[in-house]
Amino acid sequence: MRASQSAALLAGVLLLLLGAAMPAEAAKIGELTETDVFEQAIRFFSMKDPTARYALSGAVLLGISCGLLGSFIVVRRMALLGDALSHAVLPGVAMGWLWHQTKDPVAIFVGATIFGLLGTFVVSLIKQTTKLKEDAALGMVLAGFYAVGICLVTMIQRLPQGNKAGVDKFLFGQASAMGPDDIKLMAVVTLIAVVVLFLFYKEFLAISFDQAFAHVSGFPTRLLHYSMMLLLAFSVVIALQAVGVVLVSAMLITPAAAAYLLTDRLHRMLWLATLFGMVSGALGAFISFLQTSLPTGPFMVLAASLVFGCAFLFAPRHGVVVRWVRRRSRARRVQRENTLKAIYHVLEDRDFFGEGVSLNELAERRRETVEDASQLATRLVRHGLATLHEDGDLILLTPEGMQRASAIVRNHRLWELYLTNAASIAADHVHEDAEKIEHVLGEETVRKLERRLAFATRDPHGRAIPSTADIQKISKGGSSPEEVTGYGRRP
Amino acid sequence: MSGFIPPFDWHAVVVSPWTENMAQYGWIVAMGFLVTLACGLVGNYLIFRRMALVGDAISHSVLPGLAIAFLVAYHAGSSGLWGTPPDAADGAHHDYRSPLLMFLGALVAGLGTTVLIELIHKKSRVKQDAAIGITFSSLFAIGVILITVFADEVDLDADCVLYGEITFVSMEPRVRLGELSLGPPSVLRMGVVTMLTVLFILLFYKELLVSSFDPGLSRSMGINPTFMHYALMSWLSVVVVSAFESVGAILVVAMLILPGATASLLTDRLPRIFLLTVLHAALSALAGLHLAIWLNCAAAAAMVVMGAAWFVLAWVFSPGQGLLRRWWTLRTQPLAPPALETAQPRE
Repeated sequence: MRASQSAALLAGVLLLLLGAAMPAEAAKIGELTETDVFEQAIRFFSMKDPTARYALSGAVLLGISCGLLGSFIVVRRMALLGDALSHAVLPGVAMGWLWHQTKDPVAIFVGATIFGLLGTFVVSLIKQTTKLKEDAALGMVLAGFYAVGICLVTMIQRLPQGNKAGVDKFLFGQASAMGPDDIKLMAVVTLIAVVVLFLFYKEFLAISFDQAFAHVSGFPTRLLHYSMMLLLAFSVVIALQAVGVVLVSAMLITPAAAAYLLTDRLHRMLWLATLFGMVSGALGAFISFLQTSLPTGPFMVLAASLVFGCAFLFAPRHGVVVRWVRRRSRARRVQRENTLKAIYHVLEDRDFFGEGVSLNELAERRRETVEDASQLATRLVRHGLATLHEDGDLILLTPEGMQRASAIVRNHRLWELYLTNAASIAADHVHEDAEKIEHVLGEETVRKLERRLAFATRDPHGRAIPSTADIQKISKGGSSPEEVTGYGRRP
Repeated sequence: MSGFIPPFDWHAVVVSPWTENMAQYGWIVAMGFLVTLACGLVGNYLIFRRMALVGDAISHSVLPGLAIAFLVAYHAGSSGLWGTPPDAADGAHHDYRSPLLMFLGALVAGLGTTVLIELIHKKSRVKQDAAIGITFSSLFAIGVILITVFADEVDLDADCVLYGEITFVSMEPRVRLGELSLGPPSVLRMGVVTMLTVLFILLFYKELLVSSFDPGLSRSMGINPTFMHYALMSWLSVVVVSAFESVGAILVVAMLILPGATASLLTDRLPRIFLLTVLHAALSALAGLHLAIWLNCAAAAAMVVMGAAWFVLAWVFSPGQGLLRRWWTLRTQPLAPPALETAQPRE
């Protein structure tokens, strides 16, 4: 609720801003001679120039409505229905244009909405009455309606009379071609979308994630579905003129998908998608404003893709880079622990006689080259788990290193014993499993295992299990649970 | 409003193209047929694999590949590496396009799209549909920016991207072999691609069939389904790029899906589906041309409109599963409605 509330507030503020900005007069873009991008940016974003004002407010409005509706279609896995719908509106645009033989925003809006809804209806009809699957149905509707639209548009272009300019602008989008009437229409439609989503947020949330639940809760699911389709058609249609038929679906999908990577909550996702939509809309409009021949749509889409790319790589929880770093640090820790375990085994084999383990012994134990062993040893030293003797050949575990080594060996053997005792698995089958789980057993689980196994001292292979008490003795006097189990923070 | 739909003049629309302007319209129909056929044949497998929208994605995203190929060919050409350097004085039309580079660019772009969709889909929690939408729209946007910014160097304009310029084939200088005029080069090129498509399907009929319908069985037969997937995607890119200048980026989708979808409403057997695909391609191209002449609109779009009209006819009148047949069954056997009716999930 909070999100939609704030979104409504935001839309209201924007509308006020627009109203206040309308009467202000300023230099036209044509009089601009400077080529300084920075100065242009100031001019553009201060909205002094009417063309820039319309372009910017249009871009922001479309960012809001596309971000909101896009979030719903992304979570409902209907992204490509948005694509089909956005191509299917083209005949409606052409017919709306034909109605008055000019670019009348309301006629075009009505025509486009009708054809958009017709397109989604045909998709579901094909799905229901033939054996064709959704993808084929979407593809056919998308391209079939589009072809009809192209036929009409080319016929309009060949008409001898009338003001034909403007129809082709709907294909790739030209934000600078928008006038005050377009902006008013966009503002009204965006406001309707925001208000409806605000009032019925709970209902839309329910049908997006759990249709069956929504149905048994007594929500009119069918009505809600169709009203969402109507809002979707609205947001596609108002975005048309700035982004163009071909790319408008990207403004629905991409900002919402970026938001989806950043949060798990629908209301936060709505917020973020709206923000991303507005930012990429404004950026695209600005770049195309720099050079008027450039179409707006592709730049808006690229800006949105850039946002998505950043979210894809760097999202705090789902980002590819972040996950890679997390996985790498886990792999490093497992490697360190395995090295410690090998050192422990070497020491154990000679009854803990002598104080260090040579690189040769470690290499032999791990069946590796001495170079590899030396690298592993260096990593232990870097983490304060071991020191190297002067000649660099002898590894001496620090108390903390010894503690952690014992903890790992204890985890391993406890788990082996647990599997043989509690799960009746043969003693020669438990090693592999223990080899994996030893790195992830937490303090609580270890204590439970020890109690459950009655503080056993021998594992199924007859080797001693270091007890938590033993490990505590190694420690330099610290006795907090983290240090005891070897899972505390490193000093 | 009057005059928007021209009066239907039987002679001008139907007769004269074949009596007076045969040389002009014949090649357009041939081109339309070849494009629809090649697309339809490959598209059949997209329908079986439920990947129709990957076809949509690839048809959009070959644009940047194509634009870069044009740029490279232009610069290589103007530095004299590739053909003759441009000579503005003689005013002749220099053809900087290099078919090889175009295919290469499309191949890279097509495979890149497939890989990118997989990457986004596998490495994040974005679902496949959204991944497709994001990938193709970004690549298409890059392509549009390239062709607008380098408009002088890339011989592709926005109209061509949006609805193709199939009527241009009749204006191309003919390829000649001695005395014999073979036809416009783009039609010949498309003919080769279509023949190779047929050959590809005949040679790998079993492999494509098994890997499309049962990847597990395919693996056990020693046919790598992943390899077949990428082979199909590569060939799809080649077909799409050869069709690109004639029909543009979006109408291609219709040509990929409509023939196969129409055929699958009429029969269940694969060989018959392929035969019907050929028939659908021919009828769409022919009827589309006449529609375009009558309404004076873009010919490629008219061909798609006619293709869609054949689909609607099959949908309504198909003897096995048409709407009429379903209606009749429901009417005559009201007590036993087909399971399909009741098994539909609520929207």
